[in-house]
Amino acid sequence: MTELSLHILDIANNSVKAKAKHIGIIISEDTASNLLTIEITDDGCGMDAAFLAHVTDPFTTTRTTRKVGMGLSLFQAAAELTGGNLSISSEVGVGTTVTAVFVRDSIDRQPIGDMAGTMALLIGSNPGIDFVYEHVLDDQSFRLDTLEIKEILGDVAIDSPDVVQWIREFVAEGDAELSNSNQVE
Amino acid sequence: MKSLAELEAIRNKNKNQVGLRREGEGTRIVVGMATCGIAAGARPVLTAFTEEVGKRGLAHVTVNQTGCIGMCRYEPIVEVMAPGKEKVTYVHMTPEKAARVVAEHIVNGHVVTEYTIGANVEQ
Ligand SMILES: Nc1ncnc2c1ncn2[C@@H]1O[C@H](COP(=O)(O)OP(=O)(O)O)[C@@H](O)[C@H]1O
Ligand SMILES: [Mg+2]
Repeated sequence: MTELSLHILDIANNSVKAKAKHIGIIISEDTASNLLTIEITDDGCGMDAAFLAHVTDPFTTTRTTRKVGMGLSLFQAAAELTGGNLSISSEVGVGTTVTAVFVRDSIDRQPIGDMAGTMALLIGSNPGIDFVYEHVLDDQSFRLDTLEIKEILGDVAIDSPDVVQWIREFVAEGDAELSNSNQVE
Repeated sequence: MKSLAELEAIRNKNKNQVGLRREGEGTRIVVGMATCGIAAGARPVLTAFTEEVGKRGLAHVTVNQTGCIGMCRYEPIVEVMAPGKEKVTYVHMTPEKAARVVAEHIVNGHVVTEYTIGANVEQ
């Protein structure tokens, strides 16, 4: 993977597979502590302690098409390469939180990349799931909540092409505004 | 700046079309989006299909993601399923190839043979 937004897409797809109804994605960047933290939370089926203990091992997977599950181990490797770490908390029947911490200015830290593409894809392919995306940079933040969007849309489906395109542009502008405001300080 | 007011305009424009979308009857394009697909570049491929289909107003065509198709070294993999036709599997896809598949296969019905799995089997 070449950007964090691709890892986020992949990890959030685990939540989709776990039959989550709500998925929260938070990117928080803190320049003072020089950390970038990504947290992906779901209310899906969860994992038990025994499974969790070895879930970042690439040979742990419940998929049947092949014997290696790589998503979590790749995400962990990307975080550790910067001097950060990955942790997972999960409870069967309650849900899962995956937290990856990156050293923000490490030269090995992948760029955040196209979060607009990731959110448009996640929301457009899972109209029944509620997503919250939040990107925090010090005291600034951008937030997208599909419940608010659905309220405005009424009967119109959130996966209509026009709506998905609006979501893509909304997130792209929101994210761009954040990084701009950071540069002018 | 994109605004929620703009979203209301989109709602008003789409209101009359509610219920018109029929799934299952038209052509389905599915892009493999498991870890291997994403790492190989499947996201921009899916975006390209969505944009191309939207631009041409192909209301009978749906673009979706699917899990692992099970042939990692051929990713990004795209399957095209049209009613009454055999499934076509395209491999090593790119956004540029996606545009060509929409123009030639989806619109004109000519499979782009050189991108299919059959033309790309590794020995
Ligand atoms: N959010 C989640 N909720 C429940 N189970 C999960 C979640 N994330 C991962 N898992 C479990 O961990 C396994 C390994 O995940 P991952 O490393 O992404 O590989 P893969 O998705 O290819 O199997 C999955 O097959 C699944 O059983
Ligand atoms: Mg996975």
